[in-house]
Order: sequence, then C-alpha cells, then structure tokens
Amino acid sequence: MYLNLQEKKQKLPDMNKYITAYYMDEEDLMKGLRQMKAKGLKVSDVLTPFPVHGIDKVLEIPRSRLTRVGFIAGAVGAAVAFGFQAWVFTIDYPLNFGGKPFFSVPSFIPVTFELTVLFAAFAMVIALLITNKLSPGTKPLIHDERCTDDRFLVLVKVDDDSSDESISQIKLTLAEAGAEGILLKA
Amino acid sequence: MYTSPLREPLIRGNKNYKQVTDDILAPMAGTPSKYWYIGISIAGLGLLFGAWSTYITVFYGIGEWGTNKTVGWAWDITNFVWWVGIGHAGTFISAILLLFRQKWRTSINRSAEAMTLIAVMCAGFFPLIHMGRLLLGFFIFPYPNTRLLWVNFNSPLLWDVFAISTYFLVSLIFWYVGLIPDLGTVRDRAKTKIRKAIYGFLSFGWTGSARHWSRHETVSLILAGLAAPLVLSVHTIVSFDFATSVIPGWHTTIFPPYFVSGAVFSGFAMVLTLMIISRKALNLEDYITVNHIESMNKIIILTGSIVGIAYLTEFFMAWYSGVEFETYAFFNRAFGPYAWAYWIMMTCNVITPQLFWFKKIRRSVLLTFIISIFVNIGMWFERFVIVVTSLHRDYLPSSWTMYRPTIVEVGLYVGTFGLFFTLFLLFIRVFPVIAIAEVKSVLKSSGEKTKTTGHE
Repeated sequence: MYLNLQEKKQKLPDMNKYITAYYMDEEDLMKGLRQMKAKGLKVSDVLTPFPVHGIDKVLEIPRSRLTRVGFIAGAVGAAVAFGFQAWVFTIDYPLNFGGKPFFSVPSFIPVTFELTVLFAAFAMVIALLITNKLSPGTKPLIHDERCTDDRFLVLVKVDDDSSDESISQIKLTLAEAGAEGILLKA
Repeated sequence: MYTSPLREPLIRGNKNYKQVTDDILAPMAGTPSKYWYIGISIAGLGLLFGAWSTYITVFYGIGEWGTNKTVGWAWDITNFVWWVGIGHAGTFISAILLLFRQKWRTSINRSAEAMTLIAVMCAGFFPLIHMGRLLLGFFIFPYPNTRLLWVNFNSPLLWDVFAISTYFLVSLIFWYVGLIPDLGTVRDRAKTKIRKAIYGFLSFGWTGSARHWSRHETVSLILAGLAAPLVLSVHTIVSFDFATSVIPGWHTTIFPPYFVSGAVFSGFAMVLTLMIISRKALNLEDYITVNHIESMNKIIILTGSIVGIAYLTEFFMAWYSGVEFETYAFFNRAFGPYAWAYWIMMTCNVITPQLFWFKKIRRSVLLTFIISIFVNIGMWFERFVIVVTSLHRDYLPSSWTMYRPTIVEVGLYVGTFGLFFTLFLLFIRVFPVIAIAEVKSVLKSSGEKTKTTGHE
C-alpha cells in the first residue's frame, strides 16, 4: 500500500517532459499535423493565437458537450421561472388584478424567457471555465509567449523514462513535418 | 482558396499576425494622448453635473423635475429607452451578425459590445432614480420579505426588470468570454511585472490550447444563439411598458417590432459616431475601413425605413380606427404645441437615412458621421414625442398642460453622457478595442494579401 502511493507520487503529470515546436502559419501547421498523424506521432496539444478550423478532426478532439449543459440549464431556468410565478399567483398570494385570471400563462412568458436565457448562458460559461480549468488567478504553464501572438505551437508529451532514441525520433518526425524551433523542455 | 473579385478586403495593408497584434494593442501602450485627456476631462465635467443632479433629486425628491400630474413620465423614460436602444447595436453586431456569418463584424464587435454594456448602465440609472427613494430600489426584485408580498408578475414594468438585468448580465459574460483570449495576448506581451500580474489575473490562465478553443467556439456560438432572441425580447418588453397601457398613442400592437428596429437603428448610429472618431484617434483605419462603415450604413437604411413605415402606419391606423382620442393624439403630435419635436423626429429619422441610398454618401466618412448624429438626435426625439405628446393632452381638457425639463433633468441626462464617455475612454486604454483573435481568424480569407495574390 505504502509503496504504491510512492509510485503514484512519482508519476505526477507535471513531471512529464515536453517537446515543443512551432509553425508560423496555420496552413503549414495543418499540413504538418496531418503528416505527424500519418506517422503515428501523438500530439498532446496545439497552442494557437486563434481558433484554427479543422484542427479538431486532426487532433481527434471530440465535439464539445457544453451545448447539453446549456440546454439542461435553460430548461431548469424555464421551469423555475414559470413554476415560481404560477405558485405565487395561484397558491401563495393570489391577487385580483381587474378580474383577470390568476393563472395567466401569457403574462408569465416574458420572465420565463428571460430566466431561460440567463440560466443557460451562465451555466454554459461556468461549465466552460471549469472544463477549460480557467479561473481568475490561474497560473498557466506558458511554453512560448508568442503563441497568443503569431506562433502555432505543437506540444508532444514525453514520458520521463523514455529513451534518448525515442526522443530524437520524435524530433526527427517534427522536423520532417516542417516545424521550427524544436526544443525539449523538462 | 477562392477569392471573390467583387469584395474588397476587410483588413487593409498586407498585415501579418504580428502586425495585427501590434496595431490593436498600440492604443493601450504608453501614456494617453492629449486628446484622451481632453476627452476624459469633458466627460468628467458631465459626470459631475450628473452627480449634482442626482444629489438634488435624491435629497429633495423628484419634485425637482419638470414632470407634473398630467405628464408623469418624461425625460427619465425617454432617456431610459434611448440608452437601451443604443445598447442594442452591440448585441446585434456580436450575436445576430455572428449567426449570419458576417465576417466584417469582427472589427467592430468588441467596442460595440462595450458600448452596449455602458449604455445599459446609463439606461438602468433612470428607472432607479425615478423611484425617488433610491434606497428602496431593491423592492423591484421578488425576494422573500416580512410583508409576505411578491412583485406583480403581470406588469410589463416588472418584465423590464428581468429583461434589462438579464440583458446586462448575458452581454457582460458574452463580452468577457470573447475578451479572455485577447487578455492572454496582452498578458504575454506585458513588459512590467504589475501589468503581467493584472492581465494574468484577468485572462483566467488562457493558453490558447486547441481543446480550449474548441469549447470556446461552441460556447460563443450558443451564447450568440441565446443573445439574438434576447436582444429582440428586451426592446419588445420595453415597448410593452407603453403598448399594454390604455393611453392613446401608446396602445398600439406595432410597438414591439417598431421599437426593436428603432433600437438597432439608433444603436448603429451611435456605433458609427464612436467608431468614426476612434478609428482615426487610435490609428485603426486599416481595420475599420470604409467597407465597414458602408455595411453599417446599409443596416441603417433598412432599420430606418422600417421605422419610417411604422410612423406612417401609426398615423394611418389612428385615422382608420375611427377612435376620436386616438385620432386626436396623432393630430396633436404633428400639429399641436410639440409639433417642432415631431418634425425634428420625422426629418432626422425618415429623411436623413434615405440619403444612404447614394453610394457616394454611404462611403463618405464625414457625411456618415453627420448623419449618424442626426439619427441619434432623431431617435431621442422619437421617444420624447411618444412619451410627452401622448400624455400632455389626456382625456380631460382641464388637465391639459405643457412639460418642460428643469436643469436637474438636463443634468441627469448630461451625467449619463459623462458616464458613457468616461467608461468608454477607460475601456480603450484597458482592453483591446478590436477582437484580436477574431480578426486574425478572418485575415487569411479576407485580408488584402490573399485578395491580391489570389490562389495559394
């Protein structure tokens, strides 16, 4: 048991090394990524200054499920808003406004709509921040300060125990795919 | 890559990605120019005038205003509707034009959305202050209280509370989600430690990972899908404040679409007024080009014409309904004591935007600037005409009266201008005025380089 824990500690994800390489143009990047994929090189991530279309397919990023969060939260918002208004005006405190019906569906719609949008929007943004691990004060590992400017950075994770041979093999594949500035980072 | 021979490039001047970053972040660097200081000083004076007027209103009550028993609503609601309307352009640009895949919106959406947020703040100030007892402002929200009372969910004024608060909050997060990647750019280029720390905090640890972008894009698209009906609902609900009443001149079913198009109309005019100044002042003429101005002018023609038709329809219906009071309300608008306001409205909103049918005028920066100001004035008078002329001569001739604003009301209006320009001037110093990442993503397909070299 004790030994097991020790082993786990040594395999923290941060202990991984990275090989980084960059492109200066998104079309070269896409070509390069396709070549790497054909050669069986597993690219762990690509850092880009703007969303590059088609990159999801090459990196095999699954379609985001955040839309479902939005739908569910929107439905909850609608139910909460409509239910609350109906409860207030039929059960908790029915008020007579000029003889109009207590359960007046049309006049509950505006608030219901607004809260649907509010719940869905906030839930999606909060879910986005959680799944992306973004929050105020997060200190990210910045590999290259120019990848929010004009560089497209390819990251390849390397295990601690991988041999020099396999590392140089990865470097070679990256170079063949036209990437520049290939570096091994601990 | 296919390039259309007819369309001019959206971004001029053979830019590469680095230049885009440099150009857009340039206004944030160094010390502000002389003009910035002059601008913020004038805005600050306006803000002071507003603060004094707020003090008078809160301390002595709304008896300091020119409103009276007959004209119970006047400048407060006029200004509220006007500012909310101005806000609509930002959401229209960032949400509806995103859904329609209009690439030109990338150069203007950031600042237009900032304008939305500030305009909604200015708008929200008026309903708050018109309550007279500011401290009890929270009564408008349904919260459990010892009086065991809830708010009236059947009232359009309550719907307004929900519509405006939702609109502000959703616009805020939509704007900020778009800002996060650009704040990452600012962080990575920051020279000083403090700047790096502040923008590091604000950028939430953005790295630009492809996985993050994928989710970011999904969320942006859905938020746009949510914001598009939201923006239409907001002014619809604002129009319900009038339309659900029984005042002749207010009680019309065309109000919702008429108000929404009026809002987009005035909002685009305000965006143009601001953009024409800031593109020059911030050297962003390669990003906000004459094409952008022309595209916005086309939307002004469309919405302006809808507004024009609405005016005529209203007039026709007033006569056609055969209702004496309705007919009189409209006759009184055009030929009564407030006829001058009505004709200012008609000239500014119906005639001036029609000048944009001429390509020369549409593409002239100076004329667009002048016409945009006319539209701003016209749309303010539209709300004034609707509110005041419908009220000042009601059913009982013995209560007929006139309304004129007091200096306190003028001060409140000027104060919101002060707030608007102060916050806008701070915004251009603190945040990137153009969505950097979005401009970069359309640079290849719509930049001048691709347009001139053609196939790659």
